[in-house]
Amino acid sequence: MAGLAKALRSEAGRGYTLISPALAYALVLLAAPLLTILLFSFWTQSFLTIDRTFTFANYQEALTDPLYRALMQRSLWIAGMVTLVTVVLAFPVAYFISFHVRPDRKSLWLFLITIPFWTSYLIRVFLWRVILAFDGPVNGSLMGLGLIDEPLSWILYNANAVVITLAHAFAPFAILPIFVSLEKIDRSLLEAARDLGESKAMTFLRVTLPLAMPGVLAAVLIVFIPTVGDYVTPRLVGGSGGTMIANMIYAQIFDLNDRPMGATLAVLAMVIVTLVLLWVVTRLRAWLWLAGTSAGAAAVWLVPTVIVAEVAVIWALFTQAPALIGPIPALALLAGLTGALSVAILLRLPKGRFGI
Amino acid sequence: MTLRPLTLFAGLYLLVLYAPIVLLPLFAFNEGTVIAFPLQGFTTEWFGALLDTPALHEATLNSLIIAMSTAVFATTLGLFAARAATRYRFPLKGGIVGFIMLPLVLPEVIVAISLLVVLMQVGINPGTWTIILGHTLICTPFSIAILQGSFSNMDKSLEEAAIDLGETPLSTFRLVTLPLVMPGIIASMLICFTISLDEFIIAFFLSGNEPTLPVYLWGQLRFPARLPIIMALGTILVVLSIGLLVIAEAMRRRGLRRAGLEDTGGFL
Repeated sequence: MAGLAKALRSEAGRGYTLISPALAYALVLLAAPLLTILLFSFWTQSFLTIDRTFTFANYQEALTDPLYRALMQRSLWIAGMVTLVTVVLAFPVAYFISFHVRPDRKSLWLFLITIPFWTSYLIRVFLWRVILAFDGPVNGSLMGLGLIDEPLSWILYNANAVVITLAHAFAPFAILPIFVSLEKIDRSLLEAARDLGESKAMTFLRVTLPLAMPGVLAAVLIVFIPTVGDYVTPRLVGGSGGTMIANMIYAQIFDLNDRPMGATLAVLAMVIVTLVLLWVVTRLRAWLWLAGTSAGAAAVWLVPTVIVAEVAVIWALFTQAPALIGPIPALALLAGLTGALSVAILLRLPKGRFGI
Repeated sequence: MTLRPLTLFAGLYLLVLYAPIVLLPLFAFNEGTVIAFPLQGFTTEWFGALLDTPALHEATLNSLIIAMSTAVFATTLGLFAARAATRYRFPLKGGIVGFIMLPLVLPEVIVAISLLVVLMQVGINPGTWTIILGHTLICTPFSIAILQGSFSNMDKSLEEAAIDLGETPLSTFRLVTLPLVMPGIIASMLICFTISLDEFIIAFFLSGNEPTLPVYLWGQLRFPARLPIIMALGTILVVLSIGLLVIAEAMRRRGLRRAGLEDTGGFL
C-alpha cells in the first residue's frame, strides 16, 4: 500500500492519475466501439440475426460491387477537390493576414473568419441550396448581367454543388493552420533569399512555401478527413449524382438493416483516409527534401509534375483496370505500386526540418 | 495597404464567407412563403409562428440540456487531461494524449456508427444521455486544446511561490491556478456548448425519438411550407452563436492579459 501511495505521488504517477479519467472515457467510448465495428465487419446479417462466422465476404462485396466502388471513388474525388479548392483559396488569405495586415488587426481578421463557421451547419448548407437554385441569386445575377441565357444546371444537385458547399463550410479550418505556420516564418530568411539573388517568385516557392508546409499539411488533414465522411451536404445539395459514402453507411444501418455491411464501409472509409493521408505526407516529404537540395529550383516544378502524373495513373488504375484484370487484382496492383513508392520515400528520405 | 490584388481577394473571400448568413435574415423577415428572390414585404409572422410549435420547444430544451451537460463533462475531463499534459512528464504521454485527441481526426459518421452499433448490441435505447456521451467524446479534444493553451501560458513559479508561502497543493490550485485558467475554462465551456448545440450526425444517429434542435431542423427541411419558420429560427440561432463567440473571445483575451501575454490569434 505504501508503495502504491508513493508511486501515485511521483511525477509520472500524478500525470497518470490526472489523465486517467479522459483516457478511460476514450477507451470505453472510442476504442471499444471502433473495435466492435471492426469485429462486425467480419460478420454477416440476415434479417435480425447476426451470423458470427468469420468471413471476408463483406470486404469482397464492398471492393467488387460497382455501386460501392463508385461511391468510394466519388467520396474521394469530392473530398480531394474540396481540399484542393479550400487550401488553394485559403493560402492567399492566410498570407495576406500574416504579411499585410497590421499586427494589432490580425486577431480581428481571424475572428471575422471564424464566426461563420460557428453558426448552424445545417442552415448554412441549406442556404447554399437557395443560393445555387434555378431562381437563386447566382443564376439571377448572371442572367441579369446577360452572361448566360438560361439558369446553369451544373451547379445544383450534383457533385459540383457538394464541392462548392463543403469548400465554403471548411474555409476557416484551412486558413487558421496556414496562418499559424506563416506567422512562425523568420522574416529575415526572406530578405536573405532576396539578397542572395533569388527572384521574388522563387523566394516564395523555395523559402516561404516550404516553411508554410506544416500548416498546409494540417489544413489538408483538417479539411479532407471530415469531408470524406460528410452526410448532410450530399443529402441537401448533392441530388442522386452527389451521394457519398456516409449516406450509404446510414442506409445500410437504418434502411437495409445490414449492420455488418455498414461497419465494413466505415472501416474501409477509415482505411482509405489513412492511406490517402500517408500518400500526401510521403509525397510532401519528397518535395520538401528535393526543394532543399542543390537541385531545388528544378525540383520545385519537377516533383509536382511527377505527383500529378502519379495521381493520373492511380485514377486510371482505379477506374479502368478492374474491367481489364478484375477488381481485386487491380486494387492489389494499385496498393503495391503506390505502397512501394511510399515505403521507399519513408525509408530513404529522413524526416525533414519541418517535421514532415 | 500595399499589394492591392491580395487585399481585394481577401475582401471578396470574406464577402463569400458571409453570403449565406447575410441571406438568412432577408428570408426570415420576407413575407413570401417561397425561399427565393425577388423578396416580398416585411413580416415578423415567422418569428411568431416559432412560439406555437411545441415540438420545437421540446427539441430546444433537449439540445440545451445536452449542450450544457456536454460543456461541463468535456471541460472537466479536459481540465485534468490538459493539466497532466502540460505539467507532468510520464512515459507514453504523447501516445495517450494523441489517442484522446483522435476524435478530432475521425469522420464524425464513424464515431456515430460505432457508438450506435455498440448501443444496439448492448441493448441500450438511444436517447438524450447517449447523445451527451457522444458529444462529450468529440468535445473533450477541443477542451484539452484550449486549456493546454491556458496552462502553458501560466507562469509555473506562481504556484511554486504559493507552496513556499505555506499553501497546501489543494489551496494553491483553488487560489492561484484556478483563477488564472478560469478564462480558459469558460472559453472551453462556451466552445463545447456551441459545438454540441450545432452537432448533427451523432445526434441524428443516437437520438432515438428525442430529437435535438438540429435533428428537428433536418426533419423540417423536407416541408417547403415550414421553410420560412426555419429561416426565422436560423436567424435567432446565428445571433445567439455570434453572441456566445464574442463572449468567448473576450474571455480568451482577458485570460491572455492576466497572464501578461501578447495576443497571438484566435481559437485552435
